[in-house]
Amino acid sequence: MTGFLGGPPLLSVQDLTIGLRRPGGRSVAIVEGVSFDVDPGQRLGIVGESGSGKSLTLRAIAGLLPRGVEVLSGRVEFDGRDLLTMKAKDRRALMGPQIAMIFQEPMTALNPVTRVGDQIAEGPRRHLGMSAKEAGELAVSMMARTGIPDPARRARAYPHELSGGLRQRIMIAMAVSCGPRLLLCDEPTTALDVTVQLQVLKLLEKLCDDTGASLVFVTHDLAVVNQTCSELAVMYAGHIVEAGRVKETFRQPRHPYTRGLLESAPDFDRPERELIPIPGFPPNVADRPPGCPFAPRCGYVREHCTDAVPPLLEVLPGRLAACYESDRLVEVLV
Amino acid sequence: MSPVSAARTASAETTDTSMLRVSGLTKSYSRGTSLLSRLGSSGPSTLKALDGVDLDLRPGEILALVGESGSGKSTLAKILVGSTTATGGQVFYRGTGALARRDRESSRRVQMVFQDPYSSLNPRLTVGRMLAELLLLHKIVPRSEVRAESVRLLNLVGLEEEVLGAYPSQFSGGQRQRLAIARAIAVRPDVLIADEPVSALDVSVQATILDLFTSLRAELGLSILFIAHNLAVVQHLSDRVAVMYLGRIVEIADTRELFAHPRHPYTRALIDSIPRMREGSVNDAFELDGEPPSPYDVPAGCRFHPRCALASEICRANDPPLLQVRPAHESACLKADELAAIPLPEPPQELP
Ligand SMILES: Nc1ncnc2c1ncn2[C@@H]1O[C@H](COP(=O)(O)OP(=O)(O)O)[C@@H](O)[C@H]1O
Ligand SMILES: Nc1ncnc2c1ncn2[C@@H]1O[C@H](COP(=O)(O)OP(=O)(O)O)[C@@H](O)[C@H]1O
Ligand code: SF4
Ligand SMILES: [Mg+2]
Ligand SMILES: [Mg+2]
Repeated sequence: MTGFLGGPPLLSVQDLTIGLRRPGGRSVAIVEGVSFDVDPGQRLGIVGESGSGKSLTLRAIAGLLPRGVEVLSGRVEFDGRDLLTMKAKDRRALMGPQIAMIFQEPMTALNPVTRVGDQIAEGPRRHLGMSAKEAGELAVSMMARTGIPDPARRARAYPHELSGGLRQRIMIAMAVSCGPRLLLCDEPTTALDVTVQLQVLKLLEKLCDDTGASLVFVTHDLAVVNQTCSELAVMYAGHIVEAGRVKETFRQPRHPYTRGLLESAPDFDRPERELIPIPGFPPNVADRPPGCPFAPRCGYVREHCTDAVPPLLEVLPGRLAACYESDRLVEVLV
Repeated sequence: MSPVSAARTASAETTDTSMLRVSGLTKSYSRGTSLLSRLGSSGPSTLKALDGVDLDLRPGEILALVGESGSGKSTLAKILVGSTTATGGQVFYRGTGALARRDRESSRRVQMVFQDPYSSLNPRLTVGRMLAELLLLHKIVPRSEVRAESVRLLNLVGLEEEVLGAYPSQFSGGQRQRLAIARAIAVRPDVLIADEPVSALDVSVQATILDLFTSLRAELGLSILFIAHNLAVVQHLSDRVAVMYLGRIVEIADTRELFAHPRHPYTRALIDSIPRMREGSVNDAFELDGEPPSPYDVPAGCRFHPRCALASEICRANDPPLLQVRPAHESACLKADELAAIPLPEPPQELP
C-alpha cells in the first residue's frame, strides 16, 4: 500500500502490537504485528468481525487507548514523526489540526452540558488561535458545510436536543474544524438509519475531496467500504490477514477469511446467491490457537497451517495475504 | 382504552385468511412529566407512535417490516405479542379477535425474538431449566418428556444436548440468539415476531440465523414478522416487505416487486441509500430532504411531504390512504405514477 503517489506515506504503522501488560512481565497481545501505510489523500477501510482489534488499532494511532491497554511494541509515524515516542504535549497538539477521530456514538465524544457550537469552536480557538467570535463563526460555517439545517440556531443546542444524525454531523464538524490531514473514523454510521448513513458517507467523501485529507475508516460493512474507500485491510483476531485495493480484493479475495466475509454477507445486487456462514467463532485473543488464527474455521486448512503464524506476504502485485494456501484461492467472485 | 376489540364483522370472519391482521391500529404515548421533557418542549403532548396501521401476516410467510428508527416498528411488535396495549384499532388472530383475551393460550400463539440476545435471556436459569419451565407452564409435554422435547428444540435451532446445563453467559452472541429462538418456538407458536434479530450479530453469524428462520418456517409452518433495517437482509429472506414511516405503513408488496418497482418516494430513498458492493463511490440517490419530523407533530396531508422530492400542493392537503398501485402492491403516495416515471439507477455494472 506504499507510495503509489511516489511520496512518503502520511501515516505509517509498523509492526504494532497492542495489549495488556500483566504483573510479572507477561503481557497479552490483543493486536499483533499490524503494519500499514496511508498515503496523502488515500482512503483505507479496515474490516473484520467484532473483537478483531479494529477500534484498538485506531485508538492507538490517536493516542486514545482505554486505561490498561498499551502499545507493547511497534511504531506509529505521522508525517515522518514517531507518535509513540513524542512528548505527550506535542502529541496532543497534533490532535485536531493534524489528526482527528470520529466515533460510532457521538455522545461519547460530545460534552452534554456545553452548547454544540461552543464545542466545535473550542479546537479552532485553542489550536488556530482564533478569537471567540471568529471561532464561533467558523463553527456555524462548519455546521452548514456538514449539511445541518439552520446552523446558527442549532449551534446553541445541547447534544441531547439533536437527533442521532445531527449529533453525528456535529462530531464530524468538530473533527474537521481545524482542517486535519488524517481522519480516523470508527464505525461512524453503524448506529444510523440507512438514509442518514448515505448522507454522512457523502459528507465524509466531500470533505476528503475538498481538503485532500486521508481517511482510515473502520466498519464491519463491506458494502460501506466499497463505497468509501480505495484500499482495504482485513483484520482477524488482532492480525491483518489481507490487504489490497478494495475492488480487486472483493473480486478475488486471497485469504479464506476475506472470502468467508464476502460469501456470508447478503449482497443487494445478487439476491439469489446462497449465503455461506463461516463456521465457529473467532478465538479468544488471550488463547490463540497455534499457527494461523483462522485455522479452526477455515475450509482450506492443511496440516502445516497450525505450525506457525503465516506471514503477510505479497501474493499479487499490490496484494498481501497471510495464508499458506493463498494460491488455492483463485476463484473470481463477481 | 380498549386495546383490541373482539368485535368482528361478518365479512372478516368469512374471508379473512390471514394469520394475524391489524386494522386502524393506533398507539399514543403522552409526553413524560419529567422536568427535562417539560423544559425541552412545548406544543402537543401526545406522541403518535402508531397512527392507523393496517397490515396482515399471511400463513407461512416471512413478512419484513422496515422503516427508520422511531417509525413505530417495535411498538407494533409489542402490541402483537401483547406486551403493550393499543390505543385504538383492532388485532385479529386467524380472522377472529381472539387476541383480545390475553390469556395464556392466546399469548402462546405469538412469540417474540429480540435484537439483543444478551438481555432477553434470564442469566440465572440454565438452558434446561428455562425450557422445562416453559414446557410445563404451557403444558406442551408431560413432565416425563420434558428432556426429550428440550433436546429436540435445541437440535431444531442447531444446538446440541450438552448445552442443557449451561447458562446464557457461556454462549456467544449467535448461540444466544439460537437460544432465544428455541425459547420462542418451545411453546409451539403460529407466529414469530422477530425485532431486529440479526442486527447485533457479525455477518458471518448472521447468515446462520437467517437460514434458521427459513428452515423453521419450512419445518414448523411458522408465519414470521421480521423487523430489520438492513435491506439486503430483507431482500434475501422475506416474501413480502412492508415499509413504515412515522407510524403508518406507506408501501407493501412482494419483495421482488417492491425492490424493482418502488411506488413510494420514501421506499425509493431507502433503496437508493443501500450501500452496494458493485458501485464506485456513493451513488447519486433519490435523497431525503431535512430531518425526520417529530412524532409529536405529524405533518398534515401526506406525512412524508416535508422530505419528499415530488411533493406539491395536493400532498400538503391530502392524507393519502394505502391503495393498490400495481397487482398485489399498495402505496400511500398520491404521485405513485409520477414516481414510476423516474427510472431506478442503472443496475450496477459488473466489475471489469
Ligand atoms: N479496555 C479493554 N481492556 C481489555 N480488553 C479490551 C479492552 N478494549 C478492548 N479489549 C479487547 O480487545 C479486543 C479487540 O477489541 P476492539 O479493538 O474493540 O475490536 P473491534 O473494534 O474490532 O470490535 C476485544 O477482544 C476486546 O475484548
Ligand atoms: N414507552 C414509550 N414511551 C414513550 N414513547 C415511546 C415509548 N416507546 C416508544 N416510544 C416512541 O414511539 C415512537 C416509535 O418507537 P418504536 O416503536 O420503538 O420505533 P422503531 O422500533 O421503529 O424504532 C418513537 O418516537 C419512540 O420514541
Ligand atoms: S403523497 Fe406527495 S408528498 Fe407524499 S410521498 Fe407521495 S408525492 Fe411525496
Ligand atoms: Mg470497534
Ligand atoms: Mg425498534
